Amino acid sequence: MNIHEYQGKEVLRSYGVAVPNGKVAYSVDEAVEAAESLSTDVTVVKAQIHAGGRGKAGGVKVAKNLDEVRTYADEILGKTLVTHQTGPEGKEVKRLLIEEGCDIKSEYYVGVVVDRDTSRITMMASEEGGTEIEEVAEKTPEKIFKEVIDPVVGLMPYQARRLAFNINIPKELVRDAVKFMMGLYKAFEEKDCSIAEINPLVTTGDGKVMALDAKLNFDSNALYRQKDIIELRDLDEEDEKEIEASKHDLSYIALDGNIGCMVNGAGLAMATMDIIKHYNGDPANFLDVGGGATKEKVTEAFKIILSDKSVKGIYVNIFGGIMKCDIIAEGVVAATKEMGLELPLVVRLEGTNVELGKQILEDSGLNITAADSMADGAQKIVSLVKQ
Amino acid sequence: MSILINKDTKLIVQGITGATGLFHTKQAVEYGTNVVGGVTPGKGGTEVEGIPVFDTVTDAVEQTGANASVVYVPPAFAADAIMEAADAGIELVITITEGIPVTDMIKVKRYLEDKETRLIGPNCPGVITPDECKIGIMPGYIHKKGHVGVVSRSGTLTYEAVHQLSTEGIGQSTAVGIGGDPVNGTDFIDVLKQFNEDDDTYAVIMIGEIGGTAEEEAAEWIKANMTKPVVGFIGGQTAPPGKRMGHAGAIISGGKGTAAEKIKTLESCGVKVAQTPAVMGETLISTLKDNDIFEKCVTHK
Repeated sequence: MNIHEYQGKEVLRSYGVAVPNGKVAYSVDEAVEAAESLSTDVTVVKAQIHAGGRGKAGGVKVAKNLDEVRTYADEILGKTLVTHQTGPEGKEVKRLLIEEGCDIKSEYYVGVVVDRDTSRITMMASEEGGTEIEEVAEKTPEKIFKEVIDPVVGLMPYQARRLAFNINIPKELVRDAVKFMMGLYKAFEEKDCSIAEINPLVTTGDGKVMALDAKLNFDSNALYRQKDIIELRDLDEEDEKEIEASKHDLSYIALDGNIGCMVNGAGLAMATMDIIKHYNGDPANFLDVGGGATKEKVTEAFKIILSDKSVKGIYVNIFGGIMKCDIIAEGVVAATKEMGLELPLVVRLEGTNVELGKQILEDSGLNITAADSMADGAQKIVSLVKQ
Repeated sequence: MSILINKDTKLIVQGITGATGLFHTKQAVEYGTNVVGGVTPGKGGTEVEGIPVFDTVTDAVEQTGANASVVYVPPAFAADAIMEAADAGIELVITITEGIPVTDMIKVKRYLEDKETRLIGPNCPGVITPDECKIGIMPGYIHKKGHVGVVSRSGTLTYEAVHQLSTEGIGQSTAVGIGGDPVNGTDFIDVLKQFNEDDDTYAVIMIGEIGGTAEEEAAEWIKANMTKPVVGFIGGQTAPPGKRMGHAGAIISGGKGTAAEKIKTLESCGVKVAQTPAVMGETLISTLKDNDIFEKCVTHK
């Protein structure tokens, strides 16, 4: 789960990580009020959307007085920002962060991730702040320093010091940088982050070490024990169909094509997208109904697929393990009837209770095309959609 | 022969009284797995399906001599269950549970470092040695006893591969699901090593997916060490970057972990890669023929 920059900064502040003073604003008046209360010479007006690259897209402006705050807030609020992470349709700005400006001396990068190779949390740092870390990794990998963290003791101060010295933080600020990194790790660990990225971390003219930006992602598997983080979820930033799916514990991701897919298991769901593409079709979504799905859950899955208006046909590909084919068949029949489905529907069933499942489909009297294999089903749906 | 499990495996089920645990315990018993006990704290001294239930894994091990455990415990309690099994000296812990927080798994892995226990999973379908022992949620009947090892990050895609093999008369020695999480107990190389040393395994099919670099590392290992032919498949060739495709592990981030990159590395290491999921079986068969072991691998009609 993603949260906004201003929310991320609040979380970090509660762990003793230094961040600039700032306030969230939902309207132009709130923005001006916030700037007034900050009473700094320079104020930064920052668009709050769940995507990077906001600065380049015109979503971050530096205001020298309250009039400028008003002008910029008016300009950015309601604007659709298109960045390399939003996709071509962009994202509408509904919230602003009004923040005190600061006198930046140097920019650095600090990030915390779960490293799959070591199965440990790892902190990375670089003196190439402000650029994307992937770019640094490609062009100057020697400028990225890493500390692998032992979960028994957590990040140790010596590791944070080593990072600070390696990225050339001025000697007199190393102590503050260590405090910053220790707080960042603690936030990551206690709040079950999956990524915590500070880019840039800055040192300022008045001798501070601060997070100028903050990107925090959370492990969705751990949200059950992070009640305060769930509160920060902004549904405006998410795809409506994906929200609906998550309510029913379905894993759904919207794509650009016209063939709706309903599959059990993430691996098979991805492979189903692959094979549709292989036969020159275009999947409209990734949808994993998971294990232990009920008839109701399958019905909901169907509704979500059909709420995407570009869907011209549906391919159901089920290999039953936990999931029993008769349950899927009942769900498909119920949903088809309930929604009065007129689009082509191809169903491929295999696995536990497959005969029972096929029988239910056949007895339904509905116009359902049965497929004998994954490839057969993919070919059938692609040709039906093209007719 | 086979790897990891066989007819002598004595299994306990952690979470045996839950709906999922119970359903799959019945299926396992039906298949012929030797289920010697179950563990549900607070329900010790009772029985389900004629199987004794214990309060702790230690009790279960002491009284039944179990050497393997399967975990169906809900995600919030699963890490604890795995560590309890390791503490009780269980050699093999297979964790089916999906949705365990990654920080919990980091602690589990650290805990297991100085233990003898091998963990398979989490978020995996389990392990099956056909006709001998089934531990997990895979449909038993699609598997046939034979000589091809199967190792996979995905559950249902494994069934798909096994089904294709069985339909073509190619039996399996053991099928291992290692799971789709970024932090898991056993990786491709661990399993490949065991297949390489298993006299009854003549070839291996390895099913990977986008995300991470486990397939690339396995490919390099195969090139350097594997004496048996390996074919592969990578799921997620059409997945968009930055989107997590169900499995926490399946995400293309920062240009890393793409299917194209994985396929390239596998092929350069001598692993033939199936172009679509529908031809995993065909691809293996053509490789068996190229290596003159096809006849040896045909186990049934």
